Amino acid sequence: MTPFDYQRIPEAAAVPAQLTPTVRPLAGGTDLLTRLKACLDRPDALVDLKASDLGRAIDRVDGGWRLGALVTLSRIQHHPGLRADVPALAEAVSQAATPQLRNRATIAGNLLQRPRCWYFRNERVQCWLAGGEGCPARSGRNEHHAVFDTDGPCVATHPSDPAAALVALGATVTVLDGGGGERELAVADLLVPPTDERRVEHVLAADDVITAVTVPSAPRSTYLKAMDRAVWAFALVGVAAAVSADGEVRLVASGVANTPWRLAGAEAALAGPGLTPEAIDRAAAAATDGAAPLAENGYKLPLLRTLTHRALTAVA
Amino acid sequence: MLTLTVNGQPHPVAVEPRRILLDVLRRDLGLTGTKEVCEMGNCGACTVLLDDEAVYSCLVLAVECEAQEIETVEGLARGQELTAVQEAFVACDALQCGFCTPGQILSMEGALRRRPDADEAALTEAVTGNLCRCGAYRNIVAAAGRVAATSSGGAG
Repeated sequence: MTPFDYQRIPEAAAVPAQLTPTVRPLAGGTDLLTRLKACLDRPDALVDLKASDLGRAIDRVDGGWRLGALVTLSRIQHHPGLRADVPALAEAVSQAATPQLRNRATIAGNLLQRPRCWYFRNERVQCWLAGGEGCPARSGRNEHHAVFDTDGPCVATHPSDPAAALVALGATVTVLDGGGGERELAVADLLVPPTDERRVEHVLAADDVITAVTVPSAPRSTYLKAMDRAVWAFALVGVAAAVSADGEVRLVASGVANTPWRLAGAEAALAGPGLTPEAIDRAAAAATDGAAPLAENGYKLPLLRTLTHRALTAVA
Repeated sequence: MLTLTVNGQPHPVAVEPRRILLDVLRRDLGLTGTKEVCEMGNCGACTVLLDDEAVYSCLVLAVECEAQEIETVEGLARGQELTAVQEAFVACDALQCGFCTPGQILSMEGALRRRPDADEAALTEAVTGNLCRCGAYRNIVAAAGRVAATSSGGAG
């Protein structure tokens, strides 16, 4: 870990203007500290958001919930209202990481964590995502990598479980920028595949700070996750299913692409709001439409079809 | 200069911002009950309580902890009187080499701080972030059951 300054700014509204590409925000630190230790990130300074008045509340709002950016995964997991009203989110956080990490990790930070690709995480490998050239996973060890959109420059998967649930729920984030402007952004638009000019998995600028996450109610929602052990692993495949207030069914997978992956083919195959056994069969079969697995991860396709089937059955 | 409150005692320490809480506990304060293994949040041996919540001290900067209450395994027993969790680990033989034990115990203590009447399922879930290379898991789960059966609190 390279040396850095540590800063506290009491007013959260004053934080964005202080941020630069080398002055970075620190929240739970559960991902950031692993990157600092591996020398993947070398900031000049960290601004500790926990020392500010950035939101920590879980509030009922019209049609859903508003979570302050600093709400921890543990608090979501143990919140009776969220468990009943947005089970997909509560189930996703409950299956993410471990109690210790959930006690520390924040919901906003969870969305912005970097991929766990073992090449990207290796400081001696300069892959495209780390600023170099080429993707060693494409022709190397790729059992944990993407099965959709695999012709892009990077085949790392997004590591977040809650992200898939939040996209399925139609959640949005509130973002404060360095000029004092505030904007609302769908989580689906926050998390996008990296490009040559922007080699991260989100669209935020260096001086943007997420201040809140707003989650519409969906009592009929779930998140199912396949791991290579029963707990404490990133998703091999996860599937979030949510029935929105107007009856629309959204299906989003984790562990299969650079970002949470909307299962558009499966949604179309439902052909209407009725989740009949036949419709669920059709949707599950269509869940892998367009998939292009790599050499070692074809096993994800039957997992994706099965979890899609189980998730739809659970919300039917 | 930074003041860390550990097991109820204030400790002034001079540390760089990049120093990890685990490292400061062990090297600066000599509290070696908190164990150092993976240093990446992958094993749980370094678990401590921060304001009553179990966290991996390898993924916390010491400077983040000013004004918080840190508790390590050294702070649990009152003289010869063990906490209910410690007593259950002894009674159930919930360890072999003992290296992961401080972390396992603090994870269960954290669950009891959240809910003094935590049931066996909650206490077992509390240690899902703690590896035991000896494989003493069956007896660790038995200890969780013993705590649940005997306590409505007693977390020290």
